[in-house]
Amino acid sequence: MSPDVLHRLAAVLPAGRLMSAPAQLAAYESDGLTAFRARPLAVAVPETQEEVIALVKFCSAAKLPFVARGSGTSLSGGSMPIKDGIVIALNRLNRIVRLDPAQRVAVVEPGVINTAISVAAAPHGLHFAPDPSSQTICTIGGNVAFNSGGAHCLKYGMTSNHVLGLKAVLATGEVVEFGSASREQVGPDWTGLFVGNEGLFGIALEITVQLLPRAETFHTVLAGYRTLELAGDAVSAVVASGLLPGALEIMDALALEAAVAAVHADYPAGCEAVLIVELEGPREVVAADRVRLDGILAKSGAVEVRVARDAAERGAIWKGRKSAFSAVGRLSPDFIVQDGVVPRRRLGEALRKIGEWSREAGLRCANVFHAGDGNLHPLILYDGSAPDGLERAEALAGRILKMCVEMGGSITGEHGVGMEKRAFMPDMFSAEELACLKRVRAAFDPLGIANPGKMFPAAEAPALTQHGLHPLEKAGVISRE
Amino acid sequence: MSAALAPASPAELAEAVKSAPRVVVVGTGTKPRLAAVGDDVVRISTARLRGIVEYEPSEFTFTALAGTPVREIAAALAERGQYLPFDPPFAEVGATLGGTVAAGLSGPGRFRFGGLRDFILGVRFVDGEGRLLRLGGKVVKNAAGFDLPKFFVGGLGRFGALAEITFKVFPRPAVTRTLRLPAADAAAMTKIMTNAANTRWELDALEAAPDEGVAYARLAGPAVALDALASEIFARWPGEALVEAAAGKFWRDVGELAWSHAEGTLVKVALTPQQVPEFVAAARQTAEARSWIGAGGNVGYFSLPAGAPATTLAKAMLGRNAVTLRGTAPLWPGTRTKFEVFRAVKAALDPQGKFPGLDE
Repeated sequence: MSPDVLHRLAAVLPAGRLMSAPAQLAAYESDGLTAFRARPLAVAVPETQEEVIALVKFCSAAKLPFVARGSGTSLSGGSMPIKDGIVIALNRLNRIVRLDPAQRVAVVEPGVINTAISVAAAPHGLHFAPDPSSQTICTIGGNVAFNSGGAHCLKYGMTSNHVLGLKAVLATGEVVEFGSASREQVGPDWTGLFVGNEGLFGIALEITVQLLPRAETFHTVLAGYRTLELAGDAVSAVVASGLLPGALEIMDALALEAAVAAVHADYPAGCEAVLIVELEGPREVVAADRVRLDGILAKSGAVEVRVARDAAERGAIWKGRKSAFSAVGRLSPDFIVQDGVVPRRRLGEALRKIGEWSREAGLRCANVFHAGDGNLHPLILYDGSAPDGLERAEALAGRILKMCVEMGGSITGEHGVGMEKRAFMPDMFSAEELACLKRVRAAFDPLGIANPGKMFPAAEAPALTQHGLHPLEKAGVISRE
Repeated sequence: MSAALAPASPAELAEAVKSAPRVVVVGTGTKPRLAAVGDDVVRISTARLRGIVEYEPSEFTFTALAGTPVREIAAALAERGQYLPFDPPFAEVGATLGGTVAAGLSGPGRFRFGGLRDFILGVRFVDGEGRLLRLGGKVVKNAAGFDLPKFFVGGLGRFGALAEITFKVFPRPAVTRTLRLPAADAAAMTKIMTNAANTRWELDALEAAPDEGVAYARLAGPAVALDALASEIFARWPGEALVEAAAGKFWRDVGELAWSHAEGTLVKVALTPQQVPEFVAAARQTAEARSWIGAGGNVGYFSLPAGAPATTLAKAMLGRNAVTLRGTAPLWPGTRTKFEVFRAVKAALDPQGKFPGLDE
């Protein structure tokens, strides 16, 4: 790309908002998938929707690839830059445009932090339900692009289930408005199609989300078990009982160790697994449901069952759970997080296999997962300074993903395909199905300039060329079509 | 018009799509306007494309062929204490699963946990070129690939022929209570809806019958809890609880839109609660019109007797997003914004125009 392009691009924005010095670009070279890096040509920092539209129109005219980025927390490499493209950093588009408590909706710009919506809605007794673990730093624009989940998906769904409408600039430069502030739609669900596009369609400029009344009462229980199987059986018993908990989470021994080290979480001694169950709702409903839950847990073989007595104790339980990913960083110089889904009834079997395979590979693997919806998060610990550290970790991750597909599940529950899992898409979809997805992509982005190289296996842009082959390719586990 | 094709499997559906230059898929015709396209378009009936393919109560999921009557699915789920929480409408009169998806219709229960779009997980469908494709997933959580399953919700079968659909289901609450809350006028009725939606009660459904001047709230959960909640609601807005049999009939009638003109025009309108008084006023000013408010003021239904002129309807829509389900009125009687990408996506899924366009 010629310096002339950068020069012309700089003219699209007010002075000082296009960064291209190597020191400025370094911070944007990778995202939550820290194993990979690529240096973009430049980083543009728009402050208004009009500036984003102008940037995308410029990219379209110049056939310049772009990646939209919020806080860069993607665990699938979804916001990794493209070597010959630009990053459009949306953090300054962080206005809450409108908050309407009576209609229970908010209209927000993409750079608004996930929890900022709930903070703004709290005085009205409302909240924004999607709660990814990174919610205190991740942006709603990223949540929309990757249809982010969280700990409450079984009952409340993912980001997509809370987005009513949006305004976006497509890769063609067309500005569209999908949906509305109504919870009901007429005609095809364009909003639903846009959410989860992984940045391959364009950039959301304004997002209309629904807010829910905050539950009056929570009943949060932490139960410790001698084995993972027992914890898994407890989940099955809760689900079979007809209760619909807001959250059903399991952490294994290594994840517990990490949480203890990082945030001084306190767990029952001698437990291989901890189950967190949370009921929520009107106090009368929770009072009735907790009797049933307590009965189930009492018969589940738990070493100890602890009930959060107040908001502080509940907060401590969730702090331990939500800090697990970063906490694992204290146990190992490097780790990768997986996101596969298996049918709930096969959780025990899946965990046994993951355990066996980690031992075979000589790697430690911590498990934190959304047991209620079968969404696994194996955290594979490795030493990136060892010659084949990353390769071995990736090989184990690949084996786990293939198992998820074979069990009838998915390669990703909530992190998206991104850069990380694109090679596994053919395990889930046939060539014809992938071709269909590509045609839909081309309808939104005929030039293939919006976040190229993500989601699809035959990479459109060799973003990682300076690092050579993908480690899995070197290991002979995968190959590009 | 040629006789309808009646495939009995997804593969046969693909063959049927390939067999004619232009096709449209029809179910049992409970929303006839949606498939009222030109006589040159060959009808493919889903009458034989029926049956539950997989049902895993422990997974909260099922997969069924598109022509399966919703009623049959509801019965199978009920046997295991589960249900489709969005109360698919027209179930009693034979609506099919595929038709409900294509029409994008949800009933009263959508108030609590979301609509049909929030429970659809995956689809197998035939694209305009006759390819049988599977997108989305079969587990309750999946983020791989674009969300085509959601896009088919409300797509009126214009982008593909649905063969098989996977849904998430929930455990059915133990009991329900139905509260009848009379309101002085449309403004008061709207106020009840807006206020009731923003409370600790977590209502299961919140509907209103403007012609009757009454809001209806439904509670669902453990019996012991509901009586306390009902008392608190009545303390705020005087009303009465329907006895069980009456409540059952009431919700069946709501599900069938029994209040509407049976042979007339029936239109669904997307609303915000704030727009409800205006919508109700416009209906009042239209001779012989009847209306209904659902989902806590987020959807309005509007009905006119057969033969009412199209201009009457258009006027009452106040330029909102609306779709005609029944009757001879235009398919989109309100306003519809069109973007260039709409055409491009149609071309991506159906390049030859095998299925009718949204404007036919």
